Order: sequence, then structure tokens, then C-alpha cells
Amino acid sequence: MPMKITKFAFASLTILFLVAPLIAILPLAFTSSVILTYPIPSWSLRWFEELFFADAWRRAIVNSLIIGTGTTLLATVLGTAAALGLRNRLIFFRGTIRTLFLLPMVVPAVVLGVGMQVLLAGFGLTNSYAGVIIAHTVVAVPFVVVSVTGALAGIDERVELAAQSLGASPTTVFRRVTLPLAMPGVASGAVLAFATSLDEVVLTLFVAGPNQRTLARQMFSSIRENISPAIAAAAFLFIAATIIIALVVVLSRSMLAKRR
Amino acid sequence: MIAGPSRTVRSLILLAPLLVFLIGFFIWPLFSMMSQSVSDTAVLRLLPRSAVVLPVWDRKSPPTVSMQTALMEDLKAVDDDQALGDMVRRLNSARSGFRTLISKTTSALGNTANPPADLVSIDKRWEKPEFWLAIADALSPLTDRNLLAAVDLGRNAAGDIEHLPADQSVNRVILVRTFWIAALVTFFCACIGFPYAMIAASLDGWKRDLMLAAVLLPLWTSLLVRTAAWFILLQEQGLINDLLRWIGVIDAPLPLIFNRTGVIIAMTHVLLPFMVLPIYSVLITIPKNLMPAAASLGAHPLRAFLRVLLPLSLRGVASGSLLVFISAIGYYITPALIGGPGDQMISSIIAFYATGSANWGMAGALGVVLLVATLLLYSVYARLSAEEPGRR
Repeated sequence: MPMKITKFAFASLTILFLVAPLIAILPLAFTSSVILTYPIPSWSLRWFEELFFADAWRRAIVNSLIIGTGTTLLATVLGTAAALGLRNRLIFFRGTIRTLFLLPMVVPAVVLGVGMQVLLAGFGLTNSYAGVIIAHTVVAVPFVVVSVTGALAGIDERVELAAQSLGASPTTVFRRVTLPLAMPGVASGAVLAFATSLDEVVLTLFVAGPNQRTLARQMFSSIRENISPAIAAAAFLFIAATIIIALVVVLSRSMLAKRR
Repeated sequence: MIAGPSRTVRSLILLAPLLVFLIGFFIWPLFSMMSQSVSDTAVLRLLPRSAVVLPVWDRKSPPTVSMQTALMEDLKAVDDDQALGDMVRRLNSARSGFRTLISKTTSALGNTANPPADLVSIDKRWEKPEFWLAIADALSPLTDRNLLAAVDLGRNAAGDIEHLPADQSVNRVILVRTFWIAALVTFFCACIGFPYAMIAASLDGWKRDLMLAAVLLPLWTSLLVRTAAWFILLQEQGLINDLLRWIGVIDAPLPLIFNRTGVIIAMTHVLLPFMVLPIYSVLITIPKNLMPAAASLGAHPLRAFLRVLLPLSLRGVASGSLLVFISAIGYYITPALIGGPGDQMISSIIAFYATGSANWGMAGALGVVLLVATLLLYSVYARLSAEEPGRR
């Protein structure tokens, strides 16, 4: 019995440690004070106003949306195509290619950032949206590859063979059978790519100029230089977005599971 | 039968765009970073004539007339002040005294009314072979200086590798600190993550779902948000200090932020999911009747744990620890925001060299050290997780 209580206490404390910090900062988004402390003197939406109407924050949000959309499109197209190509077991160096596709998740961001800055400076792409989108796509594409590969692995190849034997051309098989079946994986890959771009700071620090300041980058320098409850308001938005994204991913996964 | 090759061609066409993209924007940047760390053209760029003459010198005797003329011609031709500054810095780091020597020489050369006959007439130091030796060595386009300096090694006048003097030995301290912080974080993650995963695996239904959701929610939350949360919680007027004071445990606020304690707490929180999930995924594959079987054979629960469950789950602990350690050594954001100056890890130093002082050589060299360490550990991790199917 004491064992059971110890287990319960340990599990509860760890859950508290994991979740409490995220919950504790949410009310601070609605403070009327200029400092980030409890108790909250009175409630107000002034920091959300700051977020949406102050020039620096509003531009950062717009930049994040532009760069996030660009990254999502590029990463989803490249990653989905590559995952489809990887299905073929006859490809030479299939394992090596797969490792290469996943490696951007492993390499420390600062290392990639230094190399990226050197390279993009050579192309004249530093301080440009294209440069930031390219950099974000490098780190976002592994998530698309993993997600789409997972969805494709769940497809029964006999379905495609059946379509083929009924006279469908490879393009038709792909368009009418493979792609619809893989769609949940493509969707969750796209969502993960967007989330990666939204949260990326280190590469942005190296490649982006002052005109491409993203929300994450703005939060980073705001914590560093002059922290205000606008951070808590931004965090609130992020956490709300996370929960929505998580729901989308979970729903698309359960759709995938039902298909099987 | 035509389907075989045409399918392969199709697959290759599908793979090609990402392959080209990653070779161009992932592999190439890493290589250009590495080449930055060994490239050394600051001197060669400005002294092309000397580069022709100096290699035939015997490296011992006083400078010949042709060497002096070549260097004078080179120095006269320099019109880029920044490049000159780079070269002087490079030469001065090889041999002190170059800063004054070059500025004295260039101003004398600039005096067109009374042109100096040779370099020795400008400054007696040009007679000494040491200075010429430094130039001759600096003319090579490749160098191992940065890579050696990244681990606090350097070459002495004779060209042997030796330790740098203590006042220049900062990188090793930072490397040791990086690995130490990563090890501590891994240790705390294992201490919390292993029992947590065990409890989660022993439960079922909503209790297990709750425990897993508690791990996944922070994992999916923005890293920046989690760091901001800890920044707010740990500050002097933060919730943790308030709570401790309200309970009466402490009178004065504990210093929790801008020091090692804060970095370890925040990094443990951020990386804990990477420990729990691999251990959990191994634990749920272990048949549930093993522990009762051990007990029925008379094993004490502790003995049953040590001899049955622990060995079986060790692979999960190993991959979790590697995952946490690999992520931790590359961390930048959390130490930069929560840590003090004494808690900066190798990534911060790389960022400082790259953006702060534009020393791409050193940034590249430290980057190579971090990249090699990461890839070595990752290859161990990949081997560990590749063994998985074989065990089933």
C-alpha cells in the first residue's frame, strides 16, 4: 500500500512539473500590470492589443505567417514526393537516402545556422524571405517525410494493384487511390512543418534580417531585452494553437487508423 | 515487365527534388562551415607576390632582397583597410609585434617623397627570420589553427602541437561545461523519466492516457513558450519563490534564474519527454506476466526488478539517454535566456564567434567539434534503435 501511495505521489508531482509551468503563465496574458508577476492586480486585454497593434509584434506575426506558409508548401511538396519515391524498395542506397532526409533533425541548429549564413551570403539570399523559407524547410522537411512514410506504409498495396489490373494508368492510380489514402499523413506532415517554422529561432537568428523578424524571434529578443506580459500573451496564442494543432493531428491519425 | 525499370525511374524523379534541395541547402552549408574552419586566406589574399618568393627561402637565413621587394610591392598594392586589418590580426596571433611593425611599414611605404630602399631600413625587426617565418607559415591557404584552438591546442614556433597558455584556454572549459550540463540533465531526466515510464506502462485506461498526455503536451508546445514559462516562474518575484516564501521554507528569494540551477531545471523539463517516450515504448513490449512469474519463483520484488525488468528496459533507457544528451549538447535558446554568463554552452560560443565577432574560422571549428560529437552519438543511437526489430 505505501508503494502505491509513493507511485501516485511521484506520478502526480511529475505531471505537475510537466504541465504546471505551461498553465501558470496563461493567466499572466490577461494582466493589466506591466510586470509578469502574481498576484494579478486586475484583468485586461491590453497585452493582446499590444500583440496585434504594436508595430514590432504585428509585423512579426505577419512574417511568421508568410514564412510558415512558404515553408509548409515547400516542405510538404518536397517531403511528400520524396516519401513516395522511398516506397520503392529497388532504389539504391535507400537506407542512406532515408538517413540523409532525417539528419536535419539531429544536426544542432547553431551548426546549421553558421553554415547556412555562410552559404546564403554567397548567394545574396541573407536578409530575404526566400533565405528564411529555405532554412526553415531544411529542418521542417523530415517531419513531412516521417509522417507521409508512416501513412504510405499503412496502404495495402493490393488496392493499388487491383486498380492497376482494372486498367487504371499509374497517374490515375496515384491520383485516385494512393494520394487520397496518404492524405491524412500529408496533412499532419504539413501541420508539423508549419509548427516547426513557427517555433524556429536559431536559424532565423542567423539568416533573417530585421525585416524578416518572426514571432519566435521577436519573443526571443523580447525575453532577452525587455520582458513584458506581451510574452505571456504570445505564449497564450502559441499554447492555444498547439492544442488546435494537436487535435488536428490526433483526428487525422484516428482517421488513418479507421481506414486500416 | 516494363513496370520494373519505369517504376524505378519514377521513384528517382520523385526523390530527386528533395535530394537536390538537401544537398544544396543542408550538406553544402555544413561543408562550407567546415571549410571556413580550415581556410586561411587572410594573408595569402593580400600577399600574392610574397607567396611566390617565400617558399624558396631556406627559413633560417636573413631575408633576401627579392623577399623584401616582393613584400614591399604587396603591401603597397593593398587598398582594402579591412582586409589589411584581418591580415594583421592573423599575423599578430602567430607572432606578437606584427601590429606595430606593419603599421610602421605601411606608413613608411606611403611616404612617396622619401621612398625606403628596403624593409630593414624601415624597421630592424624585418631582419629577424622569425617574422618572415610567421608570414611564410600564414601563406598556406589551409590551416589547422582554428581546429586546434577549438580544443585549446596550438602550434609553437617549431610547429609542434602543444597546449595553449591558460589565458587563451577558454574553449576546453566550455566543452567540459557543455558535456557536464548535458550529463546532469540526462541524469535528472533518467531519474524522473524511468520511474514515470514504468508507472505509466503498469497502468491502463484513462490513467495511462493522462500520464502520456502530460508528456506530449509540453513536447508539442513551442520551445520558446516553455523557456518563457520557466523564465517567468524562476524569477526573483516569480511563482516558485513566492510559493516557497508563502509556505515559509525560505525568507529571502532563492536565486533560481541566470544560474546553473535554472538552466538544469528548464532543460530537464524541456527534454524529459525524450526520455519518457523511448523507455515507455520498450516497457510496453515486455510481457506483463514476467514479474509475477519471478515472484512466484520466490524472488523478492526488488530482486525481480533488478534481474528481470531493469535488464529488459535498459535499451529504452540507453536510447532515451542518448536522445536527451544529443539534444542537450546542441542547446542554445534555454542557456541563452535562463543561464548566466557562466552557463553558456558551446552553441552560444559558436553564435558569439559567428554573429558577435565575425570570426568564421573559430565558429566553424567549434561547429565541427559539436557536429562530430553529435553525429558520433547519433550513430550509436541509430544502431541501438535499429536492433529493435531483430529482438522481436
